[in-house]
Amino acid sequence: MLDSAHELLSLQEQGQLTATEIAQQAIAAIEASQPIHNAYTHVDAEAVLAQAQQIDQRRAAGEALGALAGVPVAVKDVLCTKDMPTTCSSRMLENFRPPYDATVVEKLRQADALIVGKTNMDEFAMGASTETSYFGLTKNPWDIERTPGGSSGGAAACVAAGTVPLSLGTDTGGSIRQPAAFCGITGLKPTYGRVSRYGLVAFASSLDQVGPLAWSAKDCALLQDVIAGFEPRDSTSLDVPTEACFAATQSADLRGMRVGLLRQSLDSEGVDAAAVQAVLDAAKVFTDLGAEIIDIDLPHRKYWVPTYYVIAPSEASSNLSRFDGAHYGHRAKDDNGNEINDLVSMYCKSRGEGFGDEVKRRIMLGTYALSEGYADEYYNKALKVRRLIRGDYDAAFNDVDLLLGPTTPTSAFKFGEKVDDPVQMYLCDLFTVGANLAGVPAMSLPAGFDQLNLPLGIHLHAPALQEARLCQAAAAFQTVTDFHRQRPSEPSSKS
Amino acid sequence: MALSTDDVKKLALLARLDISDLPVDHLAGQLESILDFVHQLSELDTEDVEPMTTALDVDNRWRRDEVLPSLDRQDVLANAPAADDECFRVPPVLG
Amino acid sequence: MSQYPFTTVIGLEVHVQLKTASKLFCGCSTEFGAPPNTHVCPLCLGLPGALPVINEKALELSALAGLALHCDLPPVTKWDRKQYFYPDLPKGYQTSQFDMPICADGFLEIEDPADANQTVRIGIIRAHLEEDAGKSMHDEVAGRADSRIDLNRCGTPLLEIVSEPDLRTAEQCVAFLTKLREMMVHLGVSDCEMQEGSLRVDANVNLHIDRNGEVIATPIVEIKNMNSFRNVAAALAYEVDRQYEEWETKGHTIKTHGKRTFGWDDGKQVTYPQREKEESADYRYFPCPDLLPVRLTEAQREKVRSMFTELPQQARERLQSQYDVTAYDADVIVSAGPEMLAYYDSVATACGDGKRASSWVQQDVMRSIKEQGISVDQFAISADQLAALIQCIIAGELANNRARDVFEHMLDKGVAMDQAMKDLGIEQVDDSEIESLVADLLSKNPRVVDDVKGGNAKAVGALIGQARKANPNANPQQVRELALKMIEQM
Repeated sequence: MLDSAHELLSLQEQGQLTATEIAQQAIAAIEASQPIHNAYTHVDAEAVLAQAQQIDQRRAAGEALGALAGVPVAVKDVLCTKDMPTTCSSRMLENFRPPYDATVVEKLRQADALIVGKTNMDEFAMGASTETSYFGLTKNPWDIERTPGGSSGGAAACVAAGTVPLSLGTDTGGSIRQPAAFCGITGLKPTYGRVSRYGLVAFASSLDQVGPLAWSAKDCALLQDVIAGFEPRDSTSLDVPTEACFAATQSADLRGMRVGLLRQSLDSEGVDAAAVQAVLDAAKVFTDLGAEIIDIDLPHRKYWVPTYYVIAPSEASSNLSRFDGAHYGHRAKDDNGNEINDLVSMYCKSRGEGFGDEVKRRIMLGTYALSEGYADEYYNKALKVRRLIRGDYDAAFNDVDLLLGPTTPTSAFKFGEKVDDPVQMYLCDLFTVGANLAGVPAMSLPAGFDQLNLPLGIHLHAPALQEARLCQAAAAFQTVTDFHRQRPSEPSSKS
Repeated sequence: MALSTDDVKKLALLARLDISDLPVDHLAGQLESILDFVHQLSELDTEDVEPMTTALDVDNRWRRDEVLPSLDRQDVLANAPAADDECFRVPPVLG
Repeated sequence: MSQYPFTTVIGLEVHVQLKTASKLFCGCSTEFGAPPNTHVCPLCLGLPGALPVINEKALELSALAGLALHCDLPPVTKWDRKQYFYPDLPKGYQTSQFDMPICADGFLEIEDPADANQTVRIGIIRAHLEEDAGKSMHDEVAGRADSRIDLNRCGTPLLEIVSEPDLRTAEQCVAFLTKLREMMVHLGVSDCEMQEGSLRVDANVNLHIDRNGEVIATPIVEIKNMNSFRNVAAALAYEVDRQYEEWETKGHTIKTHGKRTFGWDDGKQVTYPQREKEESADYRYFPCPDLLPVRLTEAQREKVRSMFTELPQQARERLQSQYDVTAYDADVIVSAGPEMLAYYDSVATACGDGKRASSWVQQDVMRSIKEQGISVDQFAISADQLAALIQCIIAGELANNRARDVFEHMLDKGVAMDQAMKDLGIEQVDDSEIESLVADLLSKNPRVVDDVKGGNAKAVGALIGQARKANPNANPQQVRELALKMIEQM
């Protein structure tokens, strides 16, 4: 019942369901799921119920309600909320309560959404498995011995576990799309600048973007319409009109659309045969829907991940300097539990204790890439390659309207498989980081299952600001496929 | 790309990170493998390429010089690990 | 003391706080002296998720300063992060401008203090915008082990102006700073109050010693904490002697010791080495991804050019030619700041008598605002009101001292000129009333009549005092003329 946001909206409008009933079901589902999946870092059941009752009263009084009235939404714990903790799944911010709401959270409130809680993630969004969270692993609802992906692992798992129909994640290199693929749901990374970053705890400012996760493209579109828009408090927010994504999902006619198939990415090392097949099958579906398939290549694709792993850690090393134990966040004590009396020691120990290993690795890496004598070789070089990568997209979109490829090389992997091999972990982002580097929108949608019956995703790119086109194509795909309607069975292990 | 343990320690100090709970050799090895991996960028000729610092094609975003309300001091200090009624407290900052 | 001749080489780095109402990247107030941590928002506090947006006025004031310093305003300027850890810098980086400053490559000409007929051109390498840090306070007297941090100043806009090492004496430095300050205050770029920290000066100094044709450079010393021009002069003078002696006794040169940072101890009147950091600074500058590059638009450039009306020296010359005031008077008015100049301009133009306006502004207005401790913007008597008062004097309707009574009354009671005149019973006295008053006085003072008739016209003066006693509004000039006329006819 908590599968579809747009159905929840119409059921309430028809008087067949109340927001209170929805909230009660969501809370019951979270209580059942949480001990198994650990998708949440914080849930406030009482506040949600109180808010739901208010919405019912307002509806009864004939008041106009917001676009997501009575729909439960989970928020990744990297977005500031003034009535809930905001931890980034880090010890550093274990007790941090921001005095303000992120813009996207404000927009959810204005839309009368029920914000049920905050979801688990890789610490400071650095990871592809949610294994680096200070608050424990999140389990993949399709197989609890496997990761849900990351960094928005909680955001994907909370939907796949049936606790909420909608969830907000963030995507710096694939952190919405890869967990969406691993958890069998749909996830959208909007154009850079389309959604305000105000109140999003920055990982890599030039790459970060907030976006929706849901079972279907239709529901992603519904949430995208609520969060998109110009924001004067974010200098990198685009001052352009938004396009109605939900309206775009009403047309399943893709005649005349040119879809570029990234065929060479199918030949990449380590790409599972089932993942390749899912893409080829999808190409056929798009053809049946009226689209034209054209083979295309992005020549600098092999440099995506190396470029990303210079730029993202460099920006992160700077963005995370603010966590130093001076004004907020974790401050270490000395071995006897007393205040540390030396400033440099206080900084080092607070950051040493507050950050986990992966965060430390990336800060070190970024510090190195920006340091005197190495900046030209690493950081400045990566900025130039980024321009080349962007040029590939510009050229490709002269010829096609969308790009099609796999979201990930494989289905969800097991816990511990890659956590100590950073380069292997980074290669999880093989197909997704290009969109962040170029700033274009991209989407992952369920498109098959592998031999372990684990979900696989396909990946669509669109030119900047063409979220509506993405949503339309994905929704059309979902009118003739049912991968997004498959549900995990009761908690189990499929190994 | 060879990183000595001394390099790693210097880097950790620059980043104000206590890494005493991590085996430095292991960390150095991991950082080296990442640096080797990203170093393939050097294959590309980027002589005439303009660096790309933002994914946006626009510039000039500014606001008018208007005073907006600040936070209540209570909220400013609410998350402070150490504070008095007015100020944050930190280990001594000398000359 | 020195055996070898040497040249002193000085470059200055001057931070001026831009006169904006709000901070460089957020809407918090820049007002000085607020209770600690009350002008702080998520951005000042470095909270995660908070984002900067540029204050347009800070760009305009910087460009205006650049025009005054003959700088180029490059087509594009951008923002960089200068990274270091310090408790007064909550983000762990200062947003500044590294390789593309808003102003570049200018100069400022000063009169050489050693020779008034010589002008010296001091190059300006660059002027860039950056945000200020907060304030850390360590109270050793109270015996506290920790420091207190106030973030009110965090994010206040600063323009850092960097000169070429073209200065040769402490006196030249003071002349440079004096002229720079006057210009910045005059153009409304900054208040330049050293006591409030809105003008800060660091000096880089070393000596080029000529040892029998071989030029030896001493280590460059950056002197900080000089909080008055007097201190700048004293510190530089001290440092010159100290460097020569250090070279003479220890042989330190730029090759052996490079560059160091010294402070100035105002109490002991000495410079002293500041604690060296354990590691060499590596600020890891990189472009701030939260801010976009700035390309000043043609409309903005036009606006800045229109703000750039005249420099102080030009204003002095204009006052002399436009209003026929003395060089001294023009200097007093211009030196009192741009608000006073604007006030004077309004009064002089409206009343049509620049000399009288100058005398009133200098004597009455400046004295009053000094007594009240306010600026001329806050002064109760508007330029228009003062001009109207002066016009009454010009028209012969008010004597100077009676006008002062009106002025004082306007100030005391906070009333307009008309009301003040009414309160003081000042009305136009009609001619017949004056005539009967004078006739009456002449009949009561036969000796005055005789004296005047006897050729002593000055004797009529005795009547004027009596006339004013009888009617304070009687115009002395009119009384005098009428009395002489009537005596003649007697």
